[in-house]
Amino acid sequence: MGILSSSIARKFAMALSGMFLVFFLGQHFVINLTSVIDPDTFNSWSHFMGNNGLVQFALQPVLIFGVVFHFVMGFVLELRNRNARVVSYAKYNGGANASWASRNMIISGLVILAFLGLHFYDFWFPEMIHKYVESNPLDPTRYYAETVHKFESPVRVGLYVIAFVLLAVHLWHGFASSFQSVGFNNKYSVALSKFAKAYAIVIPVGFIFIALYLHLNQLPH
Amino acid sequence: MSILDAKIPEGPLADKWTNHKNKINLVNPANKRNIDVIVVGTGLAGGSAAASLAELGYNVKTFCYQDSPRRAHSIAAQGGINAAKNYQGDGDSNYRLFYDTVKGGDYRSREANVYRLAEVSGNIIDQCVAQGVPFAREYGGLLDNRSFGGVLVSRTFYAKGQTGQQLLLGAYSAMNRQINRGKIQPFNRHEMLDVVKIDGKARGIIARDLVTGKIERHSAHAVVLATGGYGNVFFLSTNAMGSNVTASWKAHRRGAFFANPCYTQIHPTCIPVSGDHQSKLTLMSESLRNDGRIWVPKKLEDAVAIREGKKKPTDLAEADRDYYLERRYPAFGNLVPRDVASRAAKERCDAGFGVNKTGEAVYLDFASAINRYGKEEALIHGNQNPTDKEIYDLGRDVIENKYGNLFQMYEKIVDENPYKTPMMIYPAVHYTMGGIWVDYNLQTTVEGLYAAGEANFSDHGANRLGASALMQGLADGYFVLPYTIGDYLSKDIRTGKIPTDTPEFDSAEKDVKDRIHKLMNASGQHSVDYYHKKLGKIMWNKCGMSRNAKDLESAIVEIAELRKDFWANVKVPGTADGLNQELEKAGRVADFLELGELFAKDALNRNESAGGHYREESVELSGEQKGEALRDDVNFKYVAAWEYKGEPKDAVLHKEDLVFENIELKTRSYK
Amino acid sequence: MKLNLKIWRQANADAKGSMQTYPIDGIDGDMSFLEMLDVLNEDLINKGDEPVVFDHDCREGICGSCSLQINGEPHGPDRLVTTCQLHMRMFNDGDEIVIEPFRAKAFPVIKDLMVDRSSFDRIQQAGGYVSVNTSGNTIDANATPIEKEHADEAFEAATCIGCGACVAACKNASAMLFTSAKVSQYALLPQGQVEASTRVLNMVAQMDKEGFGNCTNTGACEVECPKGISLENIARMNREYLAASAKG
Repeated sequence: MGILSSSIARKFAMALSGMFLVFFLGQHFVINLTSVIDPDTFNSWSHFMGNNGLVQFALQPVLIFGVVFHFVMGFVLELRNRNARVVSYAKYNGGANASWASRNMIISGLVILAFLGLHFYDFWFPEMIHKYVESNPLDPTRYYAETVHKFESPVRVGLYVIAFVLLAVHLWHGFASSFQSVGFNNKYSVALSKFAKAYAIVIPVGFIFIALYLHLNQLPH
Repeated sequence: MSILDAKIPEGPLADKWTNHKNKINLVNPANKRNIDVIVVGTGLAGGSAAASLAELGYNVKTFCYQDSPRRAHSIAAQGGINAAKNYQGDGDSNYRLFYDTVKGGDYRSREANVYRLAEVSGNIIDQCVAQGVPFAREYGGLLDNRSFGGVLVSRTFYAKGQTGQQLLLGAYSAMNRQINRGKIQPFNRHEMLDVVKIDGKARGIIARDLVTGKIERHSAHAVVLATGGYGNVFFLSTNAMGSNVTASWKAHRRGAFFANPCYTQIHPTCIPVSGDHQSKLTLMSESLRNDGRIWVPKKLEDAVAIREGKKKPTDLAEADRDYYLERRYPAFGNLVPRDVASRAAKERCDAGFGVNKTGEAVYLDFASAINRYGKEEALIHGNQNPTDKEIYDLGRDVIENKYGNLFQMYEKIVDENPYKTPMMIYPAVHYTMGGIWVDYNLQTTVEGLYAAGEANFSDHGANRLGASALMQGLADGYFVLPYTIGDYLSKDIRTGKIPTDTPEFDSAEKDVKDRIHKLMNASGQHSVDYYHKKLGKIMWNKCGMSRNAKDLESAIVEIAELRKDFWANVKVPGTADGLNQELEKAGRVADFLELGELFAKDALNRNESAGGHYREESVELSGEQKGEALRDDVNFKYVAAWEYKGEPKDAVLHKEDLVFENIELKTRSYK
Repeated sequence: MKLNLKIWRQANADAKGSMQTYPIDGIDGDMSFLEMLDVLNEDLINKGDEPVVFDHDCREGICGSCSLQINGEPHGPDRLVTTCQLHMRMFNDGDEIVIEPFRAKAFPVIKDLMVDRSSFDRIQQAGGYVSVNTSGNTIDANATPIEKEHADEAFEAATCIGCGACVAACKNASAMLFTSAKVSQYALLPQGQVEASTRVLNMVAQMDKEGFGNCTNTGACEVECPKGISLENIARMNREYLAASAKG
């Protein structure tokens, strides 16, 4: 794997891609939050993100690469790590020395991956088809209604809530631990770790709030 | 003069080593590549010797029974390492370290060796610091020192309570560098089972691969034994479970004289025995005596009440406590040498003042140190009127900083908090000053066979001072052997590789295999531990802290009988052609059963009290020193080196007269 | 106290092992865990069975020989102790105790509970040293003052006993804590600076080669380490490694 042939390089890459995704998540959240504050702002920001060339053809591929890389790398690491213990313990008391979140990143990660599938199915594919396949005319006001409509089904909202809970679990370990991975450990570490833990709760809870809010505030058909 | 020639160089004491180094033969670097050296044992002495010899260019093979050289028992040394650096400016010097060591050893060590030890002690510290050994430092960034028993200066360098570990890891790292270069070939989980002699010279060893059970032949131009001491002859000791005399004993059987086997150090500050199941004893570093005060109750009824659990030590008023070391030895107080402190504890316990259930424990109390440090710290922090709690908390922090890991260890074992209630301690077998006889060059009576560290008898006389074992091990390995062995090897530059398919190797291998066969095929009635424990009881009761002729005579008979029983009836389960820990133990105990007898014979022969060897027949009868040990310089100012002649009791005594030209022999007074 | 022991028995490296049950009685709270196993072995020997093989030596928590995964944790349920310092007072009458060897691909079983940890030695051989020859002419020990804080931190890192509990505890069987302890010790001392880059690169390369897993920062190693070696060392090694890689 060339540059990623050492365990520490892989760890570093995992941390960097994770940090990038965490940043993206924050940005995504801020835009979404406008949907409960002011539909017009939401529409205009969404329109900008959906049609700006830089965002669409430079940032979007980077993001997709980041997502794919983080997942592929995660799987590779998981497989390698499993291989590092050929015979497993008859009794392994992992809870005695490490949190559930830290030991089960693959589980929370897989749930998030499944959610991403749903999320792409809900938004990204329709968007792509709408814009690039059907080549519909630009309509800077359509986003809010479309979004609200998606949250009509209680099943979908339920799935979203579950996914965000697992996202919180994933971030709870992942975000704080990424600083350790890049070698950041000094007098600011404790504060930074607290920030990361707070972030891991606030952002997913925020997403849940938005989903529930939109579900409960459906537009008339 | 007997056949023992110590080969002490001519000249004034302080110049002997330099002169010697200037005159001995050297081996040219190209020739070193053609010379092989075997080093058995990879503790401080073996590890440092192996690394240094490999740096010089010799091909080194190391052997250790542990799974890694890093686990040798040197690692357990806690307190520190002495060096005459005089960093504290308290008047230390090479001469003073030399003087303290000879005096501490009760004038039973060889002057020239001890002076050399003092001379290279400073180099050891330089070398270790250069290797990255993290010694304790002061706030100014310079090395810190502490004081140890038996001396009046602070010359002990330390790394918290883990000095041995840090020094060993230093030597291990130097070894690793040479392993990486291919100059050391490590044979871990291997046990040496015989020395092979060709034309009177040590030319190799027979070793058993402890994992496969395979018996292997290894040849070399010289063999170094650095296999530690034989304290485990007592079964219970502070030695590691695997520490053994086997390599030394095999060498003894092949002609290496065994010197002063009865010189055993019984360390005063160990955690007392708690029950019959006990497998080993744990040492609490002697450094604790810097701050801890040792006492027992003054009144017998208090001692009884404490033993029965009706009273607690903290219930006793200051006036009801007998700080017996401070009382008997006002000049040195709690810092008297180990042998003196141990005997004093035994004396009090024998008189009925012991403080644990078995009556074999005394207190080591930190309350006054916590109080003293607390007040000091309060002043430093500008607190003029500290409360008792503030004093305690501040003082506790100081003590924790100094001895935290020892206190934690104590609490884990005993389940009592030593910050709150005094520790209980009792003497335990810790170190053996006796060992293979070596000359000034560390060569044994077998040509080409060397002994270093605790395995040899050389530097500590009848008693070792604290923090001197690490010093001696590293001095031998880093700074003595690499020179002296070159003198011998300079004659071997044309010898070429030593073949292993010779009759000498055949016969040594056959001996080893026969012995294993015999062990595997005894009648199988009792386990190896059964015999080891029995031997330990005999040794502790009759050859322990206090010895007399009658007990020693009966010990010789009892050990011989036990040995016979062992060979007839020991039970070794499993097979010899694979990993078999019972077989390993059986081989070691078999050798202890021979050594024990020689030990008792030596103790019987030495009818004087010297250092760790205390004969009840030899005590001061009057004057200020009444009741203290009485040395007999007229009759026993010699090293007793024993030659193997079959049964240990038939061993022949050779005397190396000790000549003191630079030190006046005095009664060792710590009053 | 009466106990029910479940112990991994395996005749040799190639044999297939299995868990065996051994009831044991008469165990005292003051015994160490290994003394409890001594009692079991004495019983087994007297019955004509082969005793259970396990590594042990100093029995005072410093040599790093003893190992054992006890009820799913290396060195058992107590903290800051090795198995030889674990006392039976941590257990209750009637308890079942599961005893297994440390498990990792890089720690193959030799027999029963004994494993081969020579992979640790090879990591050290790859660079865990300062290249200084033995001589009486190195500079005076006090010629280079070292900030006390750094000296103390280096010491804390150097207290690692190489027992392998970090690997055994880690769900990924990663050896990062072990390797980073040695890297940190030298990184914190001026004597270690000259070879700092090659050291960290070589030691990490060897660690990977031995087949240890990747660190995922679960922190289990730090919790189970009998010497309390800190995760900070891993962060420091990551930093050292990245800096060394950047230097090329």
